[in-house]
Amino acid sequence: MANRVKVREQDPKVRAKNFDEVCYGYNEEEAVLEATRCLHCKNPKCVEGCPVHINIPQFIEHLKHKEYDKAIETIHLSSSLPAICGRVCPQETQCESKCVLGIKGEPISIGKLERFTADYARENNISEKVDIHTNSKKVAIVGSGPAGLSCATDLAKLGYNVTVFEALHETGGVLTYGIPEFRLPKEKVVKPEVENVKKLGVKIETNVIIGKTISIEDLMHKEGFEAVFIASGAGLPMFMKIPGENSNGVFSANEFLTRANLMKGYRDDYDTPIKVGKKVIVVGGGNVAMDAARTALRLGAETHIVYRRSEKELPARAEEVHHAKEEGIIFDVLCNPIEIIADENDNVKAVKVINMELGEPDDNGRRRPVEVKGSEHNIECDMVIMALGTTPNPMLPKNTKGLNVNSKGCIEHNDETTATSIEGVFVGGDAAIGAATVILAMGAGKKAAIGIDNYLKNK
Amino acid sequence: MFKIIKKSVLGDKLVLFDVEAEKIAQSCLPGQFLIVKIDEKGERIPLTICDYDSKKGIVTIVVQEIGASTKKINSLKEGDCFQDVVGPLGNPSDLIELNDSELKSKNIVFIGGGVGVAPVYPQVKYLSEKGIKCDVILGARNKDMLILEDWFKKLNCNVYSCTDDASYGLKGPVTNVLKMLVEEKNIKYNHCVAIGPAIMMKFVCIMTKDYNIPTIVSMNSIMVDGTGMCGACRLMVGNELKFACIDGPEFDGHKINFDEVMKRQAQYKDEEGRALLKLIEGDTHHGGCGVCGG
Ligand SMILES: Cc1cc2nc3c(=O)[nH]c(=O)nc-3n(C[C@H](O)[C@H](O)[C@H](O)COP(=O)(O)OP(=O)(O)OC[C@H]3O[C@@H](n4cnc5c(N)ncnc54)[C@H](O)[C@@H]3O)c2cc1C
Ligand SMILES: Cc1cc2nc3c(=O)[nH]c(=O)nc-3n(C[C@H](O)[C@H](O)[C@H](O)COP(=O)(O)OP(=O)(O)OC[C@H]3O[C@@H](n4cnc5c(N)ncnc54)[C@H](O)[C@@H]3O)c2cc1C
Ligand code: SF4
Ligand code: FES
Repeated sequence: MANRVKVREQDPKVRAKNFDEVCYGYNEEEAVLEATRCLHCKNPKCVEGCPVHINIPQFIEHLKHKEYDKAIETIHLSSSLPAICGRVCPQETQCESKCVLGIKGEPISIGKLERFTADYARENNISEKVDIHTNSKKVAIVGSGPAGLSCATDLAKLGYNVTVFEALHETGGVLTYGIPEFRLPKEKVVKPEVENVKKLGVKIETNVIIGKTISIEDLMHKEGFEAVFIASGAGLPMFMKIPGENSNGVFSANEFLTRANLMKGYRDDYDTPIKVGKKVIVVGGGNVAMDAARTALRLGAETHIVYRRSEKELPARAEEVHHAKEEGIIFDVLCNPIEIIADENDNVKAVKVINMELGEPDDNGRRRPVEVKGSEHNIECDMVIMALGTTPNPMLPKNTKGLNVNSKGCIEHNDETTATSIEGVFVGGDAAIGAATVILAMGAGKKAAIGIDNYLKNK
Repeated sequence: MFKIIKKSVLGDKLVLFDVEAEKIAQSCLPGQFLIVKIDEKGERIPLTICDYDSKKGIVTIVVQEIGASTKKINSLKEGDCFQDVVGPLGNPSDLIELNDSELKSKNIVFIGGGVGVAPVYPQVKYLSEKGIKCDVILGARNKDMLILEDWFKKLNCNVYSCTDDASYGLKGPVTNVLKMLVEEKNIKYNHCVAIGPAIMMKFVCIMTKDYNIPTIVSMNSIMVDGTGMCGACRLMVGNELKFACIDGPEFDGHKINFDEVMKRQAQYKDEEGRALLKLIEGDTHHGGCGVCGG
C-alpha cells in the first residue's frame, strides 16, 4: 500500500514570523492520488468515527473520478461547514483513527480531502442547488458560531424565515475571534461560509445581545419569533485563582486571541493595543493554549507552554503540538504555576512553578498530577497567558426567567429534541455541553433544526 | 450604522453626543453602558449611557478625550456614524430594583467627578421622576471641566459643585464637600453612589467607611468585548474575582482594592501613548526609538 500523500506546509522558520496559513492543503493532483488509496470498505469504520457521519467513502470515490460537484454534495448532506471542519477537526481521534488502513500503515488523509473538496467547490463557484419553499414562520438564533450558522442553514433550507443575532460586531463566534488566521483564514474561508448562509435568505444582525438588547421573551411575544435556538457558546474564561493573577501582563487566552484575531491589534493600522511580550508563558495544554502560544511567537516572543501533566496527556490536537514545536515553542511539562510575581508597578516578572509527577489514575483514567514537594522555582517572563478552558457565559440564562442551567452552567436540554426548559426555546453547541469542538457544535445545530422543525410543524 | 444627531462641546475635552440606537434606547436602564466602535479598524470603547429617549430611539453619551480613540470619537461631527454600537451592557443600578417605599427610606448622596458626572445623571433623574430628592456633589479639576450642572439643577435635587482650583463653586475635592455635609450640616446619609476617577472613588470610600455609609462605585476597567468573554475587566471584590462588564459595573466600594485597579488601568500606557502620538504626528512618528520617549 502506498503511503499517504504528504501535504505541503509553509516552512516553520518563515511561518513563525507571519500569520499566513500554515498548511497549503492538497492540489488537485495530490487529492486525486490520495483518494485512490481508499479501499471503499463495505462497512466503513471511518464513518463511525465521524461525529456527523459524513459518507466518507462515497465522497472520496467521487474525488477519485474528479466529480467534484458530487463530492461536495455528498459532504453537504451531513456537514454545512466542510472548509472549516477540514481545517480544524481533530481527525486523528475521529474518522482517521478508525480508518482500516491505519492498522498497518497510514490512514487516509480524510481531513485534507474534505478541505480540498470544499476549497475546490468555493474557488470554482460550485454551489449547492437548493429548492426552498418558504413559509412565514420566524425563527431566531442566538449566536453566529458554528452551531448557530449550521442551524440557520438547515432551517432556511426548510423554508423558515431565520434571523441570527450576534453580540459582537463580527460573525463567526470562535471561528472569528478565537482560532487564529494561520489555522483558519478569515477572508478566504470563514467569511464565504457566512455569505453562503446569507445567500439562503438568512438575516444576520450583529451588535445585538439577546438578554440585554432584547430578551427571549420579547423576541417571542413582541417580535413574532415562534422558536429560538440558543447557540451562545462557552466563552467565559477560567482563571487559576493564584496570588498575583491580576498583575499587569496576565491575560486570558480569550483576551489575547480576541485582541489579535477580532481586533487585529498586531497591525499598525488598527487601533486596539496588544501587549507583545519578550518571554511569554502560556499555561495549559489544549488547542487554545497552542493558538495563544503560536500567536505570541509570531509577535516575536520566546514562548513557553507550561502544562501540569506529561506531553502524552496534552489535550491539543497532535498536529497543533507538532506545528508548535516545529515553530520553536518550548514545552515545560509536568510543571504548574502556584504564584505570579510582579514588580513594584504590578507588571509580571516571573511565574513561580512547582514540578509535578503523575500519580494514580482519576475517574477518567488519566493519571492525576501531584506536586513534588520542595521543587518550587521561578521562571522569569514578562507576560502570562492563562488558557485553562472556558465555561458557558452566564449572561443569557441570568437574564432569561425559566431557563434552567446545570451545575456547570450548561443550559439543560432534551438530548433528542434539544428543547430547553422554556417552550419553543432550543439549545446546542458549547452553550449546551461546555467547550467542545466545531464539528459537535455544527452537528448540534443540525439536530436542533430538526427538533425545531418538528416542534413548529406540530404546534 | 449609528448616526450622531447632535454634538455639543460641554467643556475642555468633554463632548456630548446624541446617537441613534433604537433598540438600546428601548431597553436600557440607569447604570448601564454601551460600547462604540468608530469604524472597521477602531477600538471597542465602553461609555456610560448618560441619558436616553426610548420614544425617539436616542441615547446620550459624554466622552472625555484621554487617548487616541476618545480623541477620534470627539472629532466626529453631527451626521457622522459609529459603525458599531452595542448595548445596553452591565447591570442596571441597584436602586432600580428597589420599590418606592424602599427608595423613600434612603437618604442618598451622589458624587460625580470629572466625566463621572455623566453616569450619575440618569440615576438622579430616575429618582427625581419618582419624586425622591437627593443630594448631588459634582466635582471637577476646574470650571472648564465641570459638566451638566444645568441639567442637574432642573431635577429634584440639591446640587453642590466644587472645583480643585476654586475656579467655580466650592473649593477643593468632592471629599471636602462630603465632609462639610456630614460633619457641619449633620446630614445622615444611608447610601452613597460615587462615580469618577479611581483615585476619587478611593478617597470617597475611605471617608464613607469611616462614616459608615454604604457606598456604591462604578468601575471603568479596561474592556474588550463587554460580554464576559475576555476577562480584561476582572477585579477583586473582597475575596471574589469579578468581571466588571457582567457582574458590574457597580460594586460595593468598600470591597474594592483601588490601588490594584489603578495599576491595571495603566496596563497599556506604552502602547496607547504610541497610538496617540501616531494620531497627532501622522505616520512620521513610529515611536520606539527611545530618543523622544515615544
Ligand atoms: C482558541 C480556540 C481554538 C479552538 N480550536 C479548535 C479546533 O482546532 N478544533 C475544534 O474542533 N474546535 C476548536 N475549538 C472549539 C470550537 O471553536 C468551539 O467548540 C465551537 O466554536 C463552539 O461553537 P458554538 O457555535 O457553540 O459557539 P461559539 O463559536 O462560541 O459562538 C457563540 C457566539 O454566540 C455569541 N453570543 C454569546 N452570547 C450571546 C447573546 N446573548 N446574544 C447574541 N450572541 C451571543 C458569541 O459572541 C459568539 O459569537 C477552539 C476554541 C478556541 C477558543
Ligand atoms: C463601564 C465603563 C464606562 C465608561 N464610561 C465612560 C464615559 O461615560 N465617558 C468617558 O469619557 N469614558 C468612559 N469610560 C472610559 C473610556 O472607556 C476610556 O476613557 C477609553 O476607553 C479610553 O480610550 P482611549 O483610546 O481614548 O484612551 P487610551 O489611549 O486607551 O488611554 C489613555 C490612558 O488612560 C488609561 N485608560 C484606558 N482605559 C481606561 C479606563 N477605562 N479608565 C481609566 N483609564 C483608562 C490608559 O491606560 C492610558 O494611560 C468608561 C469605561 C468603562 C469600562
Ligand atoms: S475506513 Fe479508510 S479505507 Fe475504509 S472507506 Fe473509510 S477512509 Fe476509505
Ligand atoms: S470586557 Fe471582556 S470580560 Fe469584561
